[in-house]
Amino acid sequence: MKKSHILAIAVIGVAIAIIISTAGDASTYVNFDEAFQLASTGSSTQVHVVGQLPKDSRGNIQGLENSEDRLSFSFTLIDDANKEQKVYYNEPMPPDFTKSEKVVVIGYYQNDRFIAKKILLKCPSKYNEQKLNAGV
Amino acid sequence: MHYLIGNLGHLAVITAFVTSLLSAFAYWKSTTLIEIENKNSWLQNGRFAFYAHVLAVVAIVVSLFIIIYQHYFEYHYAYSHSSLHLPRQYMLSCFWEGQEGSFLLWMFWHAVIGIVLIKTQKSWEAPTMTVFTLVQAFLASMILGVVIPGIDLKLGSSPFILLRDAMDDPIFKLQPDFIPKDGNGLNALLQNYWMVIHPPTLFLGFALTLPPFAFCIAGLWQKRYTDWIKPALPWSLLGGGILGLGILMGGYWAYETLNFGGYWNWDPVENAVYVPWLILIASIHTMITFKNSNTALKSSIVLVIAIFVLLLYSTFLARSGILGDASVHSFTDLGLSGQLLIYLLFFMLGAIVLSAARWKEIPTSEKEVSTYSREFWIFIGATTLCLMGFQVLLPTSIPVYNKIISLLGGSSNLAPPANQVEFYSKFQLWFGVAIALISGTGQFFWWKKIDQAKLKAEISTPLLITLLVSVLIISIAKIYNVQYIILTIAGVYLIVSNLKVLLTLTKLNPKLSGGAIAHIGVGMMLIGVMFSAGYSNVVSLNNSGMLISKELPTEFNRDNLLLFINEPRAMAGYDIEYRGERIEPRHKSGYINKNDVELTLDPFKVIATKDIIFRDEKLYQTKDTIEIYPENTFYEIELRKSGKIAATLFPRVQINPAMGGFIASPDIKRKITRDLYTHVSLPMNREDEPEWGKLEEVKIKANEEFYISSKYSSSLESITRTEEIEGVKIEAEDVAVQAKIKIQGEHEAYYAEPIFLIKDKSQVGRLSAEVNDLGIKITLLNILPETNEFLLGINTRQKDWVVIKALEKPFINILWLGTFVLMIGFGMAMVRRFRDYNFSEE
Repeated sequence: MKKSHILAIAVIGVAIAIIISTAGDASTYVNFDEAFQLASTGSSTQVHVVGQLPKDSRGNIQGLENSEDRLSFSFTLIDDANKEQKVYYNEPMPPDFTKSEKVVVIGYYQNDRFIAKKILLKCPSKYNEQKLNAGV
Repeated sequence: MHYLIGNLGHLAVITAFVTSLLSAFAYWKSTTLIEIENKNSWLQNGRFAFYAHVLAVVAIVVSLFIIIYQHYFEYHYAYSHSSLHLPRQYMLSCFWEGQEGSFLLWMFWHAVIGIVLIKTQKSWEAPTMTVFTLVQAFLASMILGVVIPGIDLKLGSSPFILLRDAMDDPIFKLQPDFIPKDGNGLNALLQNYWMVIHPPTLFLGFALTLPPFAFCIAGLWQKRYTDWIKPALPWSLLGGGILGLGILMGGYWAYETLNFGGYWNWDPVENAVYVPWLILIASIHTMITFKNSNTALKSSIVLVIAIFVLLLYSTFLARSGILGDASVHSFTDLGLSGQLLIYLLFFMLGAIVLSAARWKEIPTSEKEVSTYSREFWIFIGATTLCLMGFQVLLPTSIPVYNKIISLLGGSSNLAPPANQVEFYSKFQLWFGVAIALISGTGQFFWWKKIDQAKLKAEISTPLLITLLVSVLIISIAKIYNVQYIILTIAGVYLIVSNLKVLLTLTKLNPKLSGGAIAHIGVGMMLIGVMFSAGYSNVVSLNNSGMLISKELPTEFNRDNLLLFINEPRAMAGYDIEYRGERIEPRHKSGYINKNDVELTLDPFKVIATKDIIFRDEKLYQTKDTIEIYPENTFYEIELRKSGKIAATLFPRVQINPAMGGFIASPDIKRKITRDLYTHVSLPMNREDEPEWGKLEEVKIKANEEFYISSKYSSSLESITRTEEIEGVKIEAEDVAVQAKIKIQGEHEAYYAEPIFLIKDKSQVGRLSAEVNDLGIKITLLNILPETNEFLLGINTRQKDWVVIKALEKPFINILWLGTFVLMIGFGMAMVRRFRDYNFSEE
């Protein structure tokens, strides 16, 4: 066997190892019910849930509760299956959170509470932002 | 309404697009025509069109800059990204906060590089510039903002769009000429000098990958399969250096501005640039191998094409909105995804088809490479770099697989790994070790043929030194983690073996030492990363035995320090003391005590109530109006060692009531061996009314010493009649007296001046005076003329406080120093290869 062949086999081996481990470590996008089922089977892996922040007619997010010291907060999130769920986040509210419409929470269920470890904001595209802000 | 400037800008965009197409056509003609006369005249046309294109690009940049600089808020770009109060130096950052501006920046660098290519490349000009101008045409189309009539297809998003066309606000129906008074402003986190220079550097790095790609395609096209490496190599080296620098600048910005305590987060957007850089480094190595031994030509071609395609892919990932559910960087989708995809596919498929067609003709070397050759080790190293990139690319692309599967009618709910840092680190660490071992060993083959016996002789001394140095580092820094021990040894090995080469080279030909220096830089970076990531430790441990608050989580209570103003605590071998809230003046450097100014109706302006002195320099006089940034508060934290001030830190907090939270940025005390990284983790909420304690009464005579809170020595210095009280009208028969009470605080004497007023002969009014730093309020309750005494009422409250978190980052400077060394190495190698190329052309 030529050395280049051995090398090629080694490269393919490493690549396959990477693919398998990526598949193993990959998280999943689920809705709250699925996340709850996962947690109730004893799995403590973190999942991604995409959801909508409920807003009233004036654009204020409903169900948003900032803790007194502003170091943590909780909010309501409605997932794709229209399930409302209280989400707890043990960090200060990320800037621009109140401007977001959709957010992705990465975390897990602890009893019936969803604990977010990370929040990704989806701010509305600036071109969709149809109202002028302060300073008008 | 300033229509002219926007119209000029838009015209320049269209001109830039058309001229790049014309130039591409002319250069293509010049390349394909046979007759020398026609060739030359088309070459002239191509140049002319390209210069016109450069002028148009400059005109776009200038127009957009005028719009931002002059605050023309009728334009969407100025309204969205700037504001009246934005400091001038950050107006540059507005330019590239928007996607259109960053495309423009990219085009601008291409234009500059294009001029250099025209001036320096003789026989290569026509074919490379054909590729080059085609890329420019695609970029220009991204900001074209033209709707093709008939099929209603929107091409590009123009930065010169008017606000009323971008937004549907009802006000534009009533008042089409409405112009907002102020803009939305620039994201506060981007108001940082690194954000002024990081994007241009990064985009210059992006742009510098185009020349190697253009040379490679031109080489394949013109069947000059081996010639293209020589002109391409110096550009690859320059690109590798600049792109690496740009990436690290972003990391340094994160370290200084964000408070997650690190510089790299393995976010998809970061990864999307990191991967092409790794491949770029791999390609530099295979190209050098080819120059030395005529091997690895095919792999060089594949890699150079891969870099450019990966950069387009990274642009697509970052800008198409496909990462929306996967990245913390929120990107606005401008509806360009289709256009970006065509851009990506055009060059990807074009390059693949061209190389496939030519593949058989590309010369290869059939000889088997010896394990004891330099080429073998370089090739293994380049392969490892590619696998390293593949490991990052694969999970980063998960959102793309989902999209493809859903387009094919399936459904996939795969998400990127939840804990990115842990996931990527566990692989990249071992790749780093492998790279260090391979490139360290590869250096022993510098002088070509070496056999087993010779290798043993060469390698034994460096191995011994490596072990000695590693043992020293490991025992001094107390590294007990096996992974980190291995990484340290690998890093030291890389440095030592390259130092050996460097020593020999400085005797022979110092100009060739760029590679060795760059490798030493990499070794230092590996050790620096190991230390700063693995051994960062919290030093602000709460050892007081008291909880900061019962409502806060245990971890927070443990790792954070509550500091009351002017009360020192011990931390990390320092006496640490919080000295109060400061604000930053707009036009001078320094910090102003919040107690020394009074607010005005304009939140951006305050008036000095006494002379403002910062570090023995008088910044302002009493009554001066000072322009400030109202959203920023700095917390002065003094660190003392055996009574002497070791450092004064000013960590920043930006409070934005509209956003409901606060953004803390750290301040860093830099020492050679470690950084002390401090940020505010909980500021005092100033909106709440303070809770005052019970009123205590003291009866005193003038100049009689008394104590407040049983620790502040105080005395009534004088009592004077006053004719003026703000907000109160004093008539002739009214009596108003003002007491002046001196209170000796921890560091300075404070004066409280409460007022006692008798109005209309019977009504008594009392105006209390507060000393903010001490948390004391004094009221002049009564004057007792019969005994010459005064009755004072004293309230105290909890003193001002702040909660901070401090981390120690040992040896992080090795990382920054390593970066610097790496850049020097790149620079030297590049200069050598440019000289090499010029020499061969002459």
